Amino acid sequence: MTARAEAVRAAGGEGTAPAAHAASGPPGGVGIYTQKLGMWVFLASEVMFFTALIGSYIILRWGAGNPWPDTRAVLNIPTTAVNTFILICSSVSMVKAYAAAVRDDQKHLKRWLLTTVVGGAIFVGVQVREYIKLVHHGFLPSSGLFGATFYTMTGFHGFHVTCGVISMAWVTIRAFRGKYKGGNYHGIETIGLYWHFVDLVWIILFTIVYLV
Amino acid sequence: MTASATAAPRGGAPHAGHDDRSFIRKYIASTDHKIIGIQFLFVSLFFLLVGGLLAMGIRWQLGFPGQPMPLGGWLPSGVAPGGVVAPKMYISLVTMHGTFMIFFAVMPLLVGVFANYLIPLKIGAPDMAFPRLNMWSFWVFVLSGLVMLSSLFVLGGPAAAGWTAYAPLSATPDYTGVHLGQQLWCVSIVLFGLSSLLGSVNYITTVVNMRAPGMTWFRLPLSVWALFITAILAILAVPVLAGAVIMLLFDQTIGTHFYLPAAGGQPMMWQHLFWFFGHPEVYILILPAFGIVSDVIANGSRKPIFGYASMVYAMISIAFLGFIVWGHHMFISGMNPTLASYFMVSTIVIAVPSAVKVFNWLATMWRGDLHFTTPMLCAIAFVSMFIIGGLSGIFMASTPVDMYIHGTYFIVAHIHYVLFGGSLFAVFAGIYFWFPKMFGKQLDERWGKVHFALTFIFYNLTFFPMHILGVAGEMRRIYDPTAYAYLRPLQPINVFITINAFLLFLSQFVFAGNVVRTLWKGRKAPLNPWRDNGLEWTTPSPPPHGNFATIPTVYHGPYEYSVPGAAEDYTPVNQPPAAVPEPAR
Repeated sequence: MTARAEAVRAAGGEGTAPAAHAASGPPGGVGIYTQKLGMWVFLASEVMFFTALIGSYIILRWGAGNPWPDTRAVLNIPTTAVNTFILICSSVSMVKAYAAAVRDDQKHLKRWLLTTVVGGAIFVGVQVREYIKLVHHGFLPSSGLFGATFYTMTGFHGFHVTCGVISMAWVTIRAFRGKYKGGNYHGIETIGLYWHFVDLVWIILFTIVYLV
Repeated sequence: MTASATAAPRGGAPHAGHDDRSFIRKYIASTDHKIIGIQFLFVSLFFLLVGGLLAMGIRWQLGFPGQPMPLGGWLPSGVAPGGVVAPKMYISLVTMHGTFMIFFAVMPLLVGVFANYLIPLKIGAPDMAFPRLNMWSFWVFVLSGLVMLSSLFVLGGPAAAGWTAYAPLSATPDYTGVHLGQQLWCVSIVLFGLSSLLGSVNYITTVVNMRAPGMTWFRLPLSVWALFITAILAILAVPVLAGAVIMLLFDQTIGTHFYLPAAGGQPMMWQHLFWFFGHPEVYILILPAFGIVSDVIANGSRKPIFGYASMVYAMISIAFLGFIVWGHHMFISGMNPTLASYFMVSTIVIAVPSAVKVFNWLATMWRGDLHFTTPMLCAIAFVSMFIIGGLSGIFMASTPVDMYIHGTYFIVAHIHYVLFGGSLFAVFAGIYFWFPKMFGKQLDERWGKVHFALTFIFYNLTFFPMHILGVAGEMRRIYDPTAYAYLRPLQPINVFITINAFLLFLSQFVFAGNVVRTLWKGRKAPLNPWRDNGLEWTTPSPPPHGNFATIPTVYHGPYEYSVPGAAEDYTPVNQPPAAVPEPAR
């Protein structure tokens, strides 16, 4: 693992930084290639964004002591539990795709990327169906604080998954065009970071919005 | 590396081949960090003018309440019947003045301009880590600015809940009568957050990963350190504002009740979320100024900066403390008083690293070979005004004193001492200092000094008396001070302030004229007009696309001025210290 990382760094990494420059190596840098570092910084910002939304939910529900409806009466928990499982599985397939890219196994890379895209798309589809049903039952963003927080948090998460699915579809197309050959796994690893982050946020949301 | 072989028309740029880019690629949709920095410069100077005009409207009303404004007759009668600003519009004026100045003038002037322009040049990189994201950062900023501008012209007027948009005032049109204006305000701020995010990802990644060989962390110029720490603050604080503003937008548009108490919402939650962003924002607006001023003062004193490492640690501790003190904006909000004492103590602690910096600047100048150039004068003004603004900050940090002066003109005086006297003087210092680099022409020093002197005098005559008004009890968003018997004797002070504010505004045209004249027919700047050590002066001015012919190597820190035994009183950082003995520090 370390040897490979060393080799990549010695080769000047990849991405937008001119190779000649990167080859000299950043003095005292953190040894993470530029795209990955950029993604980590971006995710730090995303953490703060979701913290604002989730923190507000916690304050409104528990801090302010507002009466809260029985979530089980409103939400279909078994369906969402299955949906959560599908999203977690897509994270597993993402890891598989990354591993395939690292060992330059193009066949499995394409297969696992496709699995991830499909998993993400199913998740979004089920969530849209859930929204439609809830709206039909008269549960709206204006339905008290529960409606407001529910739609804001799951909506922004769904928006992130949708962006992830679109980006992942693009990465998959690139994979089919052979852009990740010869151990060129940086793009896969970077999108994977985002995917796992979105997955992690969902696990928190599912717990505090649906289960608690 | 072999790029110098592809000799170029413009001084052997490594990417000279790219220079046959179309006009649009080169100047409009440019991915070159230098062009983006200059784009930010002109757009945010325009917003500075907008904010300044709004301020003139405020000052006219306060100085001469009820009298028609000059040119006020041109405004629609809904805004200013008979040329007098309507009371409802006055609150919009105050709101939009704050919004434009903070989000669209000072922040992009400090971060958008100098982070973009200076970071790659000062660390020896050919461009930013993600040049295309950088371009988007600028254009999303323009879009957000246009949305905010458009809100001035919609039915119902622009946002009228203060730049802090306190809920429930901002969450429903019931109180202000503003529908669309407040919604556009929210949309614009979210877009602004996106622009800030794209920029900050770039700055952080670039500083970490793209420093030239030898440019170690503790050889970074303090301006780069400051911009790097600022980017970290922006990454962590701005998304919280985005989340809060999105909830506010939902309250206005789709009937949620996050901040509306009638349905269980929490108005206090807005204040906490806003100031969790708002206080780090204060340091986003001052840290880059610290950095610029440190570079300029060391250069103007021809001495190494005093206490380089302590400068860095002071900035890091200010940034950290900035995240845990937001409650000092809320002492009279009804927050738990026990919390208030925590916020008071933690806020006063910030005085320690701030004082470290001030003493370091003074010690840098102490017995230095002072060159009173325009940038140096602006930098010295920054230090002195920051001392006044910092000291009045201590007043407000102390809960018992704040109870009395909260929401008065004292806080208006304070914020202008740190934001105008502080940040804007540093912006002027930076523009005067790096203008030759940006355009290859040097701003006229004589007119520069005239601009500085007029600005410094009228600025102080405008804002210092506001302390007095504040302590006497004049409220901060008051429409007509003469409506109150106890404020009526103070009206001459308001008239005095207004006259000086107009003169301050007019003085800025000296600057604008200087810029236009210099760009038009200014004299060509020498390669290194300030005899500075920074890497940016080792390339032609303006630098070619790609900045450096070859990636430079850095041999020492950026503040090696007046090294004993050296031929010159400066040693560029890419010059090996062969004949130069290591200075004792």
